[in-house]
Amino acid sequence: MLLQRFLIRLLTMLITLFGVAVVVFVVIRVAPGDPIAMMLPPGATDADLARLRALYGLDKTIVQQFFIWLSGVARGDFGTSISLRQDVLGLVFNRLPATLELAIVALIIAVALGGTTAIIGARERGTAVEAGIDIASGAALSIPDFLWGLVLILLFGVLVPIFDISGRVSPQLDLPFVTQFYLFESLLRLRLDLTWDLLKHMLMPAVALALPLAAIISQLLKQSLKEVLDLDYVVLARVKGFSETQVILREALKNAALPTLTLVGVQFTFLIGGTVIVERLFSYEGLGNMAIDAVINRDLPLIQGIVLVFALLFVLINLSVDMMYALLNPRLRHG
Amino acid sequence: MDEGRAQRRGVSPRLWLAGGWLLLALLAAIFAPLVGPQDPLAQDLMLERLPPFWMNGAEPGYWLGTDSLGRDLLSRLIFGGRIAFIVAFSAAIAACLVGSTLGLIAGYFGGWADRIISRVVDVWMAFPPVLFAILLVAVLGTGLSSVILAIAIIDWTRFCRVIRAETMGQSHMDYVENARIAGYGRIGIMLREVLPNVVPSIVALLSLEMGIAVIVEAILSFVNLSISTDDPTWGGIIAEGRLSIHQAWWVLVFPLITLILTVLSFSQFGEALKTRFDPVLR
Repeated sequence: MLLQRFLIRLLTMLITLFGVAVVVFVVIRVAPGDPIAMMLPPGATDADLARLRALYGLDKTIVQQFFIWLSGVARGDFGTSISLRQDVLGLVFNRLPATLELAIVALIIAVALGGTTAIIGARERGTAVEAGIDIASGAALSIPDFLWGLVLILLFGVLVPIFDISGRVSPQLDLPFVTQFYLFESLLRLRLDLTWDLLKHMLMPAVALALPLAAIISQLLKQSLKEVLDLDYVVLARVKGFSETQVILREALKNAALPTLTLVGVQFTFLIGGTVIVERLFSYEGLGNMAIDAVINRDLPLIQGIVLVFALLFVLINLSVDMMYALLNPRLRHG
Repeated sequence: MDEGRAQRRGVSPRLWLAGGWLLLALLAAIFAPLVGPQDPLAQDLMLERLPPFWMNGAEPGYWLGTDSLGRDLLSRLIFGGRIAFIVAFSAAIAACLVGSTLGLIAGYFGGWADRIISRVVDVWMAFPPVLFAILLVAVLGTGLSSVILAIAIIDWTRFCRVIRAETMGQSHMDYVENARIAGYGRIGIMLREVLPNVVPSIVALLSLEMGIAVIVEAILSFVNLSISTDDPTWGGIIAEGRLSIHQAWWVLVFPLITLILTVLSFSQFGEALKTRFDPVLR
């Protein structure tokens, strides 16, 4: 039952990825402007142009190009970036950890903030505290991450300059890292000075990304908690003498969290999509920032690679949330 | 539910504020040549980085100050509103028409139509939307129609997913079955019986989508891919403001406030409309 569900999801995931590959391939081949002509010096001859086109495989038909590219991708060869003249997969893997760290820190902030306000709101239901939380989460939800980023830049970058608003790490620092997971590695090496510097750069973009998601978690979890709090077994716990906070944390939360979990999965993919512009805003050297440069430079192989990696990330997150839901939901587990 | 009943008694102050702001901004944009105090493109290096009216060194006639080229900020915001509203209305309506139609078809007919449309939606959802928008505008070429087209191409799925689900729910109701027994054709039932019942959701989504379109346009001008660089846009002003943030904060603050108010108003408006139109809540 569970395995069957997993296999069906895996198959649709592959179809989706194939669709993404087709769409992005068609879209960027329609683009006017010759990327090869742009990278040649002014004195280049037509023969130079033709040779370079052949080198990047641009002299073949679109269908041929697509299948050459796809068979390369299947072998892990995403081609060579036209503007940076390096292996696309290498470039993507170099930047992906920065984006993943940012997204995960944002997710942690969103869950912490949304969870706390949901629990407080459920405990104080019907009071001015709950009304205040509702208004705050309504505003946090309606204002997108791009605008939150600008607000945070003004507040904590200019008005009270306590955080860094540009880059991933202070450039004068000597970095001992061997991987690109700077934050994770700084924690492992117990270089807390570096952790602090990384967090000072990461916190503002992460909060900008986290606020809309925190609002959704807060609203949904509070709603489920309020429903669960009226059920018999919770009333029983209250009669046994547990305080309201204990009732929520020990009894209600476990059962109220499931609907929120499925939603967080989809919303987390939106959050990752938001890193593209938020990284640009904060000059954070991640995958999204590189993607915008790739579009501006008409770097076709690099754009294809980045979009496909984002799509892979999205479908993997959806797949794992779906599986987690199936495992945690007793009705599906024993069905 | 409670909120819906409360709003029935009178129009909530939030709706008044939202509607008031949108009307004000829309009228200012329409009559921009009349209400704009200065020429939004006029550069004057003698007037560069003038502060807003309450600060020392402000010039009369330049209420919100000027940018680093001496252009009047208030006039640029008012003229930028023109592009923002044109994009908001046309992109949202285009996305709505495509998405709602496909959603109705998928939800009502089910079967293969639903399978194909849902697969396409899945593919679309696997793209990071902002990157997709930037890519499309880069491909279509910068300009107003490209921006509108790009937003419509990306955001039709928002309508499609919701309308599909709602139509599916409606299709199993008794009244649809009755209409079928009464001898109405499938398309007739879809348009005459099902469509009116999903209109509240369409209207609410439309209002939300207008706010989203304003933001996407601002993001595109922020990365310098929207309209030609001469015309003032809210995102373009924000990009200038981000660069001169330490010398002239007002160039960032005022367009930011304008954008936040506009987006909040569109989403408040959408929610209020949904509760107004919803037959169950009404």
